Amino acid sequence: MKIGNARSIVAGLALAALFTSSALADGVVNIYTYRQPDLIKPVLDAFTAETGIKTEVLFLDKGLEERILAEGENSPADVIMTVDIARLTSAKEKGVTQPLVDEEVNKLLPSEYRDPEGHWFGLTKRARVIYASKERVKDTAITYAELADPKWKGKICMRSGQHDYNLALFSAAIAHWGPEKTEEWMKGLKANLAKKPDGGDRPQAGAIAAGECDIAIGNTYYVGLMRNNDKDPKEKEWGNAINVLFPTFENGGTHVNISGAALAKYAPNRDDAVKLIRFLASHKAQQVYAEKNYEYPVEPGLEPSETVKAFGTLKADTLPLVDIAKGRKAASEMVDRVGLDDGPNS
Amino acid sequence: MLTGGNKGGELIGAAEIPNGRPLPVKRLRHPLHSAFALAIGLVVVLPVLSLAFVALSGTGEDWPHLIDNVLPGATRTTIALLAMVAVLTTVAGVACAWAVVAYEFPFRRILSWALVLPLAVPPYLAAYAFGEFFQYQGPVQSLVRALFGFETIRDYWFPDIRSTWGTAFVLGSVLYPYVYLTTRIVFLMQGRNIADVARTLGARPARVFWRVLLPVARPAIVAGVALVLMETINDIGAAEYFGVRTLTVAVYTTWLNRGSLEGGAQIAILMLVLVVLLLVAEQWARRRQRFHAGRGTHLKVHPPRVALKGWTRYALPLAVALPILCGFGVPITVFGQYASRRLEQFTSPDVAKAFLNSLMTASITAIVTVAIALFLLNAQRLSKGRAMAATVRLASVGYALPGGILGLGLLFVLARFDNVVDGFARAQFGFSTGLLLTGSAAAVVLACTIRFVALAEGAIRSGMEKLPGSLDEAARSLGKTPSQSAAKVLLPLLRPAILTAAVLVFVDTVKELSATILLRPFGFSTLATYVYENASRGVPEEGAVAAIVIIITAMVPVVLLSGALVRDAEASL
Repeated sequence: MKIGNARSIVAGLALAALFTSSALADGVVNIYTYRQPDLIKPVLDAFTAETGIKTEVLFLDKGLEERILAEGENSPADVIMTVDIARLTSAKEKGVTQPLVDEEVNKLLPSEYRDPEGHWFGLTKRARVIYASKERVKDTAITYAELADPKWKGKICMRSGQHDYNLALFSAAIAHWGPEKTEEWMKGLKANLAKKPDGGDRPQAGAIAAGECDIAIGNTYYVGLMRNNDKDPKEKEWGNAINVLFPTFENGGTHVNISGAALAKYAPNRDDAVKLIRFLASHKAQQVYAEKNYEYPVEPGLEPSETVKAFGTLKADTLPLVDIAKGRKAASEMVDRVGLDDGPNS
Repeated sequence: MLTGGNKGGELIGAAEIPNGRPLPVKRLRHPLHSAFALAIGLVVVLPVLSLAFVALSGTGEDWPHLIDNVLPGATRTTIALLAMVAVLTTVAGVACAWAVVAYEFPFRRILSWALVLPLAVPPYLAAYAFGEFFQYQGPVQSLVRALFGFETIRDYWFPDIRSTWGTAFVLGSVLYPYVYLTTRIVFLMQGRNIADVARTLGARPARVFWRVLLPVARPAIVAGVALVLMETINDIGAAEYFGVRTLTVAVYTTWLNRGSLEGGAQIAILMLVLVVLLLVAEQWARRRQRFHAGRGTHLKVHPPRVALKGWTRYALPLAVALPILCGFGVPITVFGQYASRRLEQFTSPDVAKAFLNSLMTASITAIVTVAIALFLLNAQRLSKGRAMAATVRLASVGYALPGGILGLGLLFVLARFDNVVDGFARAQFGFSTGLLLTGSAAAVVLACTIRFVALAEGAIRSGMEKLPGSLDEAARSLGKTPSQSAAKVLLPLLRPAILTAAVLVFVDTVKELSATILLRPFGFSTLATYVYENASRGVPEEGAVAAIVIIITAMVPVVLLSGALVRDAEASL
């Protein structure tokens, strides 16, 4: 009787384990990602086609690191993929990554775009630029500092200051200018806003097309996605209503953020996971990012897509990415203090 | 009076009690039953406890910044939002309920069930749809420009939907059915009879409504509004999309942007304390009131509806249609338009899989939740003790937590459980069980169950409150045991309430996003996560088909429920 009981419990547990262990099978890499599955699908498909290794993707919008921490040694996650440098460094700090020192990967990726200890790897670049109305803005160059110039009063649109992309930009500003000057600048930016920050980067282009504002802050690849959107004529119209201007910091360049990947701490399929990271860093994968997602490849010398080349030449800022990540909290507090997200009339 | 804590098996009172006193009732203590109820209550409260634990482990270093720059504004915004949503949903819900119950006008039958439709629309989808509908290039402003000959955006002023009132408008539009449903039942079941009595005594209709019907419907209105407010407090989708900085948004920015999960959890727990205080205050305010129908208030004939004449005959249906047009018409138009360009997606295997997952999760959650709610309420009925009442109440606070935060609290607990089981299995049997719960859809079902127990509990409780306590006592005085009485007498009478509970939970589970996305296993998409994946990369249009499927999936049971409730209530008249 007793034995029977124990057996049925074990059988029950084994049955339950069946449901859970499918993602632990051989020849599979499990990916926990903050990047939307559709965005990484082309490159993952290319990986499977080349190596025969399948990928399982779990998309989370928040709490990815907490989930891996909670799962502990049983965590199925092999690879973490995310945008934004601060999220990559935070994954390292929270201890959900493991170092990977791999000659092949290190040869492919420039050292400024990866963690010196191998905890994360930058795979693509995106520049935070200015969308300027083709119709109403004749300037050919606007610096970041000039966004606070009163001549733009009531003419600037942007998404929430608390968004990752803006926090990284503000953090870069703090690193360049120091906190006081940046806070003054942010107050000027706030005073110049046409309306309360909201939505994503694309609707800002839409607001320019509608005449709500003349310039907006946004990422480069959205312009590529809008201009090549064949399903929604509205987006194409938005993308074509704007020019891309590359703003710069004095003695620096245009703020650039990265998307990247990391080897998860417990990576049950470590060998295949390493193969995936190598592939993501490879020339082939870099081309996919450039062509399908309109991002800048990190591979030196590899050209971006034709659409992106038409924007002009990117001169990336040389500020070390880790410094940008470090300023995130200060930037977030500054946005609250200044009340940037309250909009111009407060 | 009879109170809890009686000795097991003892007969309380005596058969010789003189007339006018309560019937002697055999009141048993059920140690197993109570223990089990407490255990369930504990499971439901676990995520909250786990969050409290996180909150307590914090240092409080976030507070100077929060107090100086975040909380005053966020608190003001949240209170303003709650007040606006409460007013909107009460007015719309009560007025529409009264209109369809008391008056006869064209399309009354259709409108009376269509009023429930907005419940099928998740707030985050409604916010997106309203944003599109009222934006500069949207149909409304285009019409305004065409009518008045404006050229550009600077020529005229148009209210900005992306604001606190805009968020209130969106939430009010999709949440008022909670109030409508709860209030309509009362008007159908008893309000009419009392109203007729008042009218025969010479009270004018307005006076009847304000002095008789509204007080009678108050517990129902409050129950509905409480649900609405909890949904408003835990909303993140609409507020975030419209850039409205509520306390819930502050929880997330503190956690994600300033890297302080402890600080976020502290704000969340404080919000929860506020919610509990509000609930307690409301309970206290009506501590001396009982609202169930007494003997003889049920008329055997159906009281006629007042037939409207003149222009009101057409104005009323238009007015009643307004909330439906907002809460259902706008979202279905916006997403329908996008979906019509992507018809091929309706047969896509991804959407089909997501649909099946949603259906399965929602069905299981509805059944489990209703079972738990019935069990808890029955335990409370039997024990009448304060501890049990507190457990039952406590079981419902999770509903006020934002789904993502509740999910996180649950994640910590479940993962710990999984790892302990796994460690045990490895040590004892030499094999790994892996992540039993967090590695499977069980975690999602559990999260939704815990989140929505409050819904089921609230719906069934209000059904119970309408039943006179003497029913139960009569059954028991005739020699039935408490469980026989519950099964044979109460359960059949509670059928409409149970149905309501199941449908509300089903619908909310289909709409649930934040906890699902955090806890789901590999390869497990629901319709809501499918929509979100597209929306979060800036192309919500791509999720339009799934959005329509969500709305239809939630719509079907909602409409069936609405019809069933009316039939039930009218049959009982």
